[in-house]
Amino acid sequence: MNQSFGVEQKNNFKGEQEHNNHSIITMLHEIQEEYNYLPENVLRELSKEKNVPLIDLYRVATFYSLFSLTPKGKHKIVTCTGTACHVRGSEKVTEEISRTLGIEPGETTEDGEYSLEAVNCLGACALAPLVVIDDQYHANMTPGQISSLLKESKKEMQQEEMQQEHMKSNCHCSRVPIGPKEK
Amino acid sequence: MRSLQQKIKTVADLFQLQERLKAEQPVDKRYIAVCGDTGCSVWGSKSIKDVFQECLEYKGLEGQVDIKFTGCLGLCESGPVVIICPEQVFYQKVKEEDVQEIVEKTVQQGEVIERLLYQDTASGQKYVYMDEIPFYEKQQRILMGDNLKIDPTSIYDYLALGGYRALARALTKMTPLDIIEEVKQSKLRGRGGAGFSAGNKWKECYDMNADTKYMICNADEGDPGAFMDRSLLEGNPHSVLEGLMIGGYAVGANEGIIYVRAEYPTAVEKIKQALGQAEELGLLGANILGSGFDFQISVTIGAGAFVSGETSAMIASIEGRVGEPRQKPPRLAQRGLWRRPTVVNNVESLANVPYIIREGTRYRQTGTEKSKGTKIFSLVGKVVNTGLVEVPLGLTLREIIFEIGGGIKDGKNFKAVQTGGPSGGCLPEYLLDTPTDFEELNDVGSMMGSGGMIVMDEETCMVDVARYFLRFLRDESCGKCFSCREGIIRMLEIVDDITEGTGTPGHIELLRELAGVVKDSTLCGLGQTSANPVLSTLRYFEDEYWSHIKDKKCPGRVCKALIRFTIDQQNCTGCGVCLKNCPEEAISGEKKEAHVINPELCSRCGICLDKCKFDAIIKS
Repeated sequence: MNQSFGVEQKNNFKGEQEHNNHSIITMLHEIQEEYNYLPENVLRELSKEKNVPLIDLYRVATFYSLFSLTPKGKHKIVTCTGTACHVRGSEKVTEEISRTLGIEPGETTEDGEYSLEAVNCLGACALAPLVVIDDQYHANMTPGQISSLLKESKKEMQQEEMQQEHMKSNCHCSRVPIGPKEK
Repeated sequence: MRSLQQKIKTVADLFQLQERLKAEQPVDKRYIAVCGDTGCSVWGSKSIKDVFQECLEYKGLEGQVDIKFTGCLGLCESGPVVIICPEQVFYQKVKEEDVQEIVEKTVQQGEVIERLLYQDTASGQKYVYMDEIPFYEKQQRILMGDNLKIDPTSIYDYLALGGYRALARALTKMTPLDIIEEVKQSKLRGRGGAGFSAGNKWKECYDMNADTKYMICNADEGDPGAFMDRSLLEGNPHSVLEGLMIGGYAVGANEGIIYVRAEYPTAVEKIKQALGQAEELGLLGANILGSGFDFQISVTIGAGAFVSGETSAMIASIEGRVGEPRQKPPRLAQRGLWRRPTVVNNVESLANVPYIIREGTRYRQTGTEKSKGTKIFSLVGKVVNTGLVEVPLGLTLREIIFEIGGGIKDGKNFKAVQTGGPSGGCLPEYLLDTPTDFEELNDVGSMMGSGGMIVMDEETCMVDVARYFLRFLRDESCGKCFSCREGIIRMLEIVDDITEGTGTPGHIELLRELAGVVKDSTLCGLGQTSANPVLSTLRYFEDEYWSHIKDKKCPGRVCKALIRFTIDQQNCTGCGVCLKNCPEEAISGEKKEAHVINPELCSRCGICLDKCKFDAIIKS
């Protein structure tokens, strides 16, 4: 069973091409981080630059569920569909979000505000069923809580945006801008 | 945190530093451990930690009392958990406003605050100390126990507990073969699910003659309902690094890779921070502890594919390709990453390694004949004490669910327990005395898996559970083998029909046949076991399938097509809340008079049931 690998063979195996490929997933992560999705023109450029056939990039981009070839919404709603969440009723929660927003998991609302994603398990099963809106965790969700949850987080998002704009406007007043009233 | 001053160049340096750290942190030093794991964080543990900090500063106690923002302390159900050490007074569901009282009464005067204590739901008894709580009493926390004493962002906490001593021993006092022999003797079996002997895996790779070998840590914890690997990486990252380094030395690898799933950003952050600190101290890099052994570790992040947890698929993914498994043999020890001999070990397996090197004999005394040591299970679902439990292998399912877990939530009845993720099965009540042992679980049609243990009560539909796993597997099958790709879809169609009330008696027979074909004719372990959820539910809960097919009834009252919502005319006060919230406008009625639901319009979303405060909505 003993096989030996000489130095020459090593160079063959660990050629530049392999190391190019090695970082493909990392590069796709970076692109998605920047653009919120994987734009076609960027993938074409990457293919030329790294000398990796476009079809290989396309295969990888479509195989892994975290990559998206279409733009994602400004705000990301994730529902956990792990087993623990499922037995505690996550399916109904996801359906209610779908119904309220008018999109299925994997889709984005027409105004580009929200994307809905159903992921396999977020590893926080004690909080089941779990909904995450822009990295904010919401535990023990029921279908009845969804409409108020979405309304509240929309308010918060608007407030945050207004605050950011206010900061941008170089105003020196310490006043928090008038926004939707806090609950 | 203090700056990392000088490098550790020799074993003597390491021991010296550890002595100093021990002197600085005597065992009786008072500190407050606040659980910082995801579960407790969601309930606000981060701000609780900050308030503690402020409070201690205000009272001038900063030097005397420390705060540790720790990894998972186990009892996620009662978060945020705060433990006052060294006595280990256990406080649960702590709020910001409790902080001052805890400092004044417990920390300063040693008084216990009754209302924050853990109370057993069944007996009503309250417990003061962590070890007394039934949830912890039966556990043996050799991997998780240190979480209480470690701030995962500080390598010093790990070092103060004797961390990296096992590495020092391995590098200076043992040959690679000694280590492999020790691991073989310990009978450590892969904690990722399959349960291969870790020692044999290492030996096979050791025997290969190659100039480059790789040691990979599999942190692509894809089984839904399992989060022990995440908690280990986030709570005690250095124990995993130490295990990986010892493994690298034993098999002759100088490069280690940790493959983490992208859904765990905090784990990635913690492990990278730990790597940075180990490098800075010289515990990673060239000539570690003056032994001449070089080792470096990098982190690769997945991109959301369950099948990447299969070792050959993981290697394809690290190489930048689509994560499809390949035919084995050649095994990874013969041809792995970049065609080099490679070992892939699960996070929990590696975390066991330092302990085995330090206390091999003691390790062997835990567990059953063929399954040694402890196993961390994530006890979740409809159980009272949700959380991570670490138990000696061989403890029965009943002991775990009822004694540690405190039984079923809301006084409901137990129906099944699911172990082994999508490759495992659902076991009924009469098998609850099955010990958690690799072989015993396989014999009853389930498997150990990575340690997810999902408890289901009478309100769970077992056909729906089979459908759930089939959907999961349909989405996650890589599609390489026809029988897995198409077989799962066909099985799902059949189960869909059954849950929708259009199943026929021939369906069950067909399901069994298909399941057999998928099992026999797919390439990888995930495909071969993908029929297990169907087979095990058919084996133990066939009557539920028949209720759906013959009586058109769902005993768990889950399957939408087979249930209906009505309003109890006695209980309904006519408050109108259900009417206002019904998205389908299916509810009608006058104010202060009993309402009714139009079954034609009702979409069975369950919102009315959620909103009704008078128990007037009946699901049947």
